[in-house]
Amino acid sequence: MRQLCKGNVAVMKGAILAGCNAYYGYPITPASEIAEAAAKFLPQVGGTFIQAESEVAAINMVYGAAAAGARVMTASSGPGLSLMQEGISYLAGAELPCVIVDVMRGGPGLGNIAPEQSDYFATVKGGGHGNYRNIVLAPASVQEMASLTMLAFDLADKYRNPAVVLADGFIGQMMEALDLEYAECNIPAKPWAVKGTPETRANVVSSIYLESDELEDHNRQMEAKYIRAQNAEPRCEQYCTDDAEILVVGYGIVSRVLRSMVEKARAEGLPVGLFRPITLWPFPSKALAKAAAHATNVLVVELSNGQMLEDVRLALIGRKRVDFYGRMGGNVPTVEELREQVEARIPSRTEVFAGEVE
Amino acid sequence: MATDVKDERTGFETYEAVHEKSSVFYDLYERKSDLKQQTHYCPGCGHGVAHKLIAEALQDLGLQDRTIFVSPVGCSVFAYYYFDVGNVQVAHGRAPAAATGIKRACPDKIVISYQGDGDLAAIGTAEIVHAANRGEKITVFFINNGIYGMTGGQMAPTTLVGQKSTTSPFGRRPANEGFPIHMAELLATLQAPVYVERVALCDNKNIMRARRAVRKALELQRDGAGFSFVEILSPCPTIWGKEPVAARSWVLEKMVPEFPLAVFRDRKEPLPANGAPPQRPVIEVLGIKEAINNHGNGKRTQPFKGLSINIAGFGGQGVLLLGQLLAEMGTEQGLEVSWLPSYGPEMRSGSAHCWVILSKSRIGSPLTAKPDVLIAMNEVSLRKFASQVPSGGFILYNGQTLPEDFPMPQAQVYCIPASEIADKLGSAKAANIVMMGAMLEETGCFEPSTATRFLEAKVKNPSLLEIDIKAIAAGREAVDHQVNLGPLSQPDGFA
Repeated sequence: MRQLCKGNVAVMKGAILAGCNAYYGYPITPASEIAEAAAKFLPQVGGTFIQAESEVAAINMVYGAAAAGARVMTASSGPGLSLMQEGISYLAGAELPCVIVDVMRGGPGLGNIAPEQSDYFATVKGGGHGNYRNIVLAPASVQEMASLTMLAFDLADKYRNPAVVLADGFIGQMMEALDLEYAECNIPAKPWAVKGTPETRANVVSSIYLESDELEDHNRQMEAKYIRAQNAEPRCEQYCTDDAEILVVGYGIVSRVLRSMVEKARAEGLPVGLFRPITLWPFPSKALAKAAAHATNVLVVELSNGQMLEDVRLALIGRKRVDFYGRMGGNVPTVEELREQVEARIPSRTEVFAGEVE
Repeated sequence: MATDVKDERTGFETYEAVHEKSSVFYDLYERKSDLKQQTHYCPGCGHGVAHKLIAEALQDLGLQDRTIFVSPVGCSVFAYYYFDVGNVQVAHGRAPAAATGIKRACPDKIVISYQGDGDLAAIGTAEIVHAANRGEKITVFFINNGIYGMTGGQMAPTTLVGQKSTTSPFGRRPANEGFPIHMAELLATLQAPVYVERVALCDNKNIMRARRAVRKALELQRDGAGFSFVEILSPCPTIWGKEPVAARSWVLEKMVPEFPLAVFRDRKEPLPANGAPPQRPVIEVLGIKEAINNHGNGKRTQPFKGLSINIAGFGGQGVLLLGQLLAEMGTEQGLEVSWLPSYGPEMRSGSAHCWVILSKSRIGSPLTAKPDVLIAMNEVSLRKFASQVPSGGFILYNGQTLPEDFPMPQAQVYCIPASEIADKLGSAKAANIVMMGAMLEETGCFEPSTATRFLEAKVKNPSLLEIDIKAIAAGREAVDHQVNLGPLSQPDGFA
């Protein structure tokens, strides 16, 4: 059924269709509508919604529910995410699946509530203590706010690891047509969970490994699962990349503006292509290297001072010139602004950079 | 108690313990190195007694298979070494939050949060207070020994005035560190808890009292009564630097005068009923089955490629709603749509603004720096956005004429006194609908009948609906009678 829906609300609709039956959160702009939708929907379908006393409490409620085997989630924005980082580290360390939605706003500190993409490091590179990874998915539409939230639950269970849906204020606040269908969801059995039953009595959920070798083994085993995810889960979307001489890379709202720019540029005959990572971790490095094969210049655009940029550079390891264009504070580049950035890099109008490392 | 048994082989009398170890404890506490015969607790530590009381109660009440034990950070971090029940180890201070998540996931199970004074009364103050205030149906055992044990003797929030610790080397000074915090009394100020008692592990009589309290707290949870809390004053001989027996006396002589033993709450009257909303099928709750406007055939008769619209005005002029109506109509008509509001401080300061895009193909940027249409509900918006509309687009301005000093924009302008028209129709609030009528007439993007049908579904008040329907007609008429200003052409996107 097609319906007009706000991105933040779509998150909760997707979550419930994915079998999520518990939400613990704390209000924060621009993510609050997710909590509001959870508060409205969940109690009507037998689920739990609690507005926690803080994000610290919320993520630990998530920890408890996940330990008991529930499909559970929370959502927040930058400052709240910072408060959750300790809990996320515990969730990863105890190998508990859950979904965390971050609707990014401007930072650092209180920053502002306008859209940014400055939590990339905090989610993709960790943020909490210890050797762990989050699975990170980046929706670029209201439809994907629902579908990637659903995928996040599946991946979280598959790898017994927190999965983050990394959206921005605009994707959270905008409304688009949302097409959802109800289907029975397949939630995998969780024999490791602590459920207060005779069968699960022997189970312990914990992230403590006091002995050096035990903790190293635990980390190695987590590493192995991260490698499995890196091989199996990278996802991306490409637009006009086959013959692209200039490859633009962006995720979330930026990818939408880039797409409009590429459409216009292509209409004018400019050989521009768009690469949009859907999974930020695992990063689609191989697909990016392939998409950039013909490019002389790669331009990364973010609402940050250059965070995903590092992963693009790692993926291309000096084989291509990688430039960056970023806006911050809630400023989103216009199609025209990005068009100018690309035009300045058209090979015929600039020197050839092939093979050159910036 | 013990009974005498004569060993037939040796002829010696031996003793058989009648109080066997609770079956809720593991038979063996597997430990490494040379500590195989010991628990990880120090000799004389109160945790051992408290563990024993809990394990015995769980056994006697037959709760072993149903129990989930939440262990904190502190000396009892390894409670799962001993309790043969489901175990969840959690972050420092957060046990009541984690226990909340567990209990809500397993409402018919017994969830125990076992915490020390640093964990519960310092770093976890917010979590315990709010779990208690929500009336979580869990049981919290709070071991108060007035000191940080695991980290080696730092001051706790319950350290006595004058008591020395590694971080209060001159004794706790109220002027510097404040006074010992009384958690049982504090929690008993809340309405939701059903049972709050403080007991002490200082002598046999008090240990028996503690035993009853532990049992009662668990029985209350078993019966679904609500939040139960037992504060247990407990000796810490190692850190206090006392012999075990002297440490017990110290509990009685020094701690009990500061922390009186009492039942602070024993709620008899029942808590309010659940009050949860009626249960409905998921498809209904999520609006998957039936959307509000399921009448459309998803087909349009008008030739149409796409349209970007910028709507701006004061908050309260229905700016965001107008945008949503257009987006909703587009959704029903099978178009791709996006609606993006300005949000936050701008919204709160009284101005409102949204972008709407309607398109036959996938929408890239939901933002548009060059909208085909600007609906400016006030002069501020006109001044701010008019220059963005390119030649070929048009502006609907809520006013009789353009402001005198306003430079003629490159786009075509229609001045429609929408507020005045709406006011005459009976409600100034319908100004946005007047503008919608004008926009539909000028662009032909939706049939007026579609708009009418939407309003009928949305507007429940019959007299308001009548005004709105008149407003559409008035807007269409107003734009038809306009003397066009600026160049004449259709905006991009119209065939």
